[in-house]
Amino acid sequence: MTMIQALRSAMDEMLARDSNVVVYGEDVGYFGGVFRCTEGLQAKYGKNRVFDAPITESGIVGAGVGMAAYGLRPVVEVQFADYVYPALDQIMSEAARLRYRSAGDFTAPMVIRMPCGGGIYGGQTHSQSPEALFTHTCGIRTVMPSNPYDAKGMLIAAIENNDPVVFLEPKRLYNGPFDGHHDKPVVPWSKHALGEVPDGHYTVPLESAKVVREGKDVTVIAYGTMVYVAEAAAQETGVDAEILDLRSLWPLDLPSIVKSVQKTGRCVVVHEATKTSGFGAELLALVQEHCFYHLEAPIERVAGWDIPYPHAQEWSYFPGPGRVGEALKKVMEA
Amino acid sequence: MSKPKGPAKSASKGPGKGKLRLTVPEPSARPGEKTDFSFLKLSKAGEVARPAPDCAYEDTITLKDTLIRVLDEEHQAVGPWNPKASVDELRQGLRLMMLTRTFDSRLVIAQRQKKTSFYMQSLGEEAIGVGQAMSINQDDMCFTSYRQQNILITRGMPLVEMMNQIYSNTADPLKGRQLPIMYSSKKYGFFSISGNLGTQYVQAVGWAMASAIKQDTRISTAWIGDGATAEADFYTALVFAQVYNAPVILNVVNNQWAISTFQAIAGGTSATFAARGVGMGIASLRVDGNDYLAVLAASRWAAERARNNNGPTLIEWVSYRAGPHSTSDDPSKYRPADDWQRFPLGDPIVRLSKHLISLGAWSEQEHQSVQAELEAQVLAAQKEAEQNGTLISGEQRTAADMFDDVYEHMPAHLVAQRQQLGV
Ligand SMILES: Cc1ncc(C[n+]2csc(CCOP(=O)(O)OP(=O)(O)O)c2C)c(N)n1
Repeated sequence: MTMIQALRSAMDEMLARDSNVVVYGEDVGYFGGVFRCTEGLQAKYGKNRVFDAPITESGIVGAGVGMAAYGLRPVVEVQFADYVYPALDQIMSEAARLRYRSAGDFTAPMVIRMPCGGGIYGGQTHSQSPEALFTHTCGIRTVMPSNPYDAKGMLIAAIENNDPVVFLEPKRLYNGPFDGHHDKPVVPWSKHALGEVPDGHYTVPLESAKVVREGKDVTVIAYGTMVYVAEAAAQETGVDAEILDLRSLWPLDLPSIVKSVQKTGRCVVVHEATKTSGFGAELLALVQEHCFYHLEAPIERVAGWDIPYPHAQEWSYFPGPGRVGEALKKVMEA
Repeated sequence: MSKPKGPAKSASKGPGKGKLRLTVPEPSARPGEKTDFSFLKLSKAGEVARPAPDCAYEDTITLKDTLIRVLDEEHQAVGPWNPKASVDELRQGLRLMMLTRTFDSRLVIAQRQKKTSFYMQSLGEEAIGVGQAMSINQDDMCFTSYRQQNILITRGMPLVEMMNQIYSNTADPLKGRQLPIMYSSKKYGFFSISGNLGTQYVQAVGWAMASAIKQDTRISTAWIGDGATAEADFYTALVFAQVYNAPVILNVVNNQWAISTFQAIAGGTSATFAARGVGMGIASLRVDGNDYLAVLAASRWAAERARNNNGPTLIEWVSYRAGPHSTSDDPSKYRPADDWQRFPLGDPIVRLSKHLISLGAWSEQEHQSVQAELEAQVLAAQKEAEQNGTLISGEQRTAADMFDDVYEHMPAHLVAQRQQLGV
């Protein structure tokens, strides 16, 4: 399956298993989503379960909070992560805090899916990676899969989880893995082991990172598209990097990070999002706090520049294998 | 109408009215002056027609500029909106309004005594929440603002429990995490109050949609003040309610003020708040919020409409915020001190009691004795609540409570932070 098919399969599975699951968002119903992630679901489950929504992100999320308080499990879509801002009040002030402020009386078990990330000439408003806004918000889970297998298993786990989950989907990975070499043809998921996705129900536990490449020189902490960029950088530089796909950004799998950095003694953190106050800063701080006496070099961070995502200059902005490779060499020289 | 002239070639060759001016609405009176209440579009009691509750929204268009009233100058119930409520129902309503006012005044004193950090009264607005709560079922869900404590009181939440929350004491059901008066009670169908204005409006619509999705029979009620209608979530809620025909009552409590801001700054005097509803294709009523009988009638109408799948109703309740915005507010800095006395729709408690007196179902003496009884009831509850502590007594929820319920299960980082605090 492609990542799109895997996500659809997860929703299909959960719509079939749990009559409280509802799916809606802009263009999600009849048309099946601008990325086809919900194709066929309305025809299969009816308009009562899968439907089109007006173009109001705060309405989509806000109504979802009310539905969740009633007892449904809404899986809502924000068409692009770049358009989540109108819904931030409902996510941060409401969904995230409902359980806490009502002392568990009301809860918001909902999933907010949103395609994120660049590498598709999306320009300023179809390329952003706003994960740091959510990891900074107490009470929500922020996750990002990097392949079809994880996408399905994590989405099912997110729908079954009783906390609100922001589910970020790197749209550059929808049809195949992408290592930052934009001049090379895309290899489809059908030619990739992780494109093999079981039918039926399975989960990938939230809060579990995955070592995607074992190594002994340096730990690379990555998620989303940057997992493949890091793999390419390791291969091209010959640095024996251990690459960790975080999968769940917050709450995260700290033991896996600590274990790896304590083994390698070096760490590079990579993400597409802009650098300053990005999620990488938190990762740096955690590694410093928990692995200080094991570190043999300053921790390096490769991120998007602190500018709005540009259009024509996409490949100067996107932290590709060249920049990640430089960081790998730098920590090895220190 | 003059024909459009196309773009002016230069400022001096415009339509000839000189430079543009910014309009900033003002109330008709400031401290020391007298408010001209003619901006209120008032109707005579009994004058406004009552369409059937299953009517098309168009049939309510004219109702946006009129005012549904039942009690006339002589305190008689007149006209097509007369709810024909029994004397017992009315006496119960009056009692609940009086209880709300008594509760409020005691808690304002408790705030002065520093037993709590904060309080907000609903003085003058008691009829609206009581009347609506009496018109819906106990299992319907109310998504309120912070000024509908009367709904909780009507639904029977023990006063002690409400006070425990206000005192953030050891028995606070919200474990000391919430600002006083931000109640939450699933048991009493009262959704968790948020400090962020307007957010609950669209959530109420979502709850109602969920009820429809599950083919349930329950409805929800949404509550917002005149000021907060300017928030985007207000319009978002209206769109959702209309599009999905959600079984929800969309209440706008127009008490003329949003802290220091007159409702004209929320756009309320150029067009009524009820006009927003019909503008979005939602049946809308504009009702005397200080007329308990009108509150019952309009609420029943809207509840019936929602329950019969005829869709949402927006109700603008015209009332007046008689008290300060909160215990942190001093209205004498921005409005005339005697404003409430001059407000044409009067005091809801006085009006209902006069109606009952005219029916021979109430008396001055009974009023006094019921008032004394309610004061004793509130005082007893207060004594009981204070045994669980107050803000200054030092008995509060422990710091250990503060890390729970952020997530369903406490994640490792919060376990570590709690250990760091040593609790
Ligand atoms: C989003 C948001 N902005 C500002 C505030 C601060 N605030 C609290 S109450 C209030 C006035 C609300 O007035 P209105 O909606 O008319 O309700 P009323 O207090 O009159 O009942 C304001 C501005 C807030 N709580 N939330």
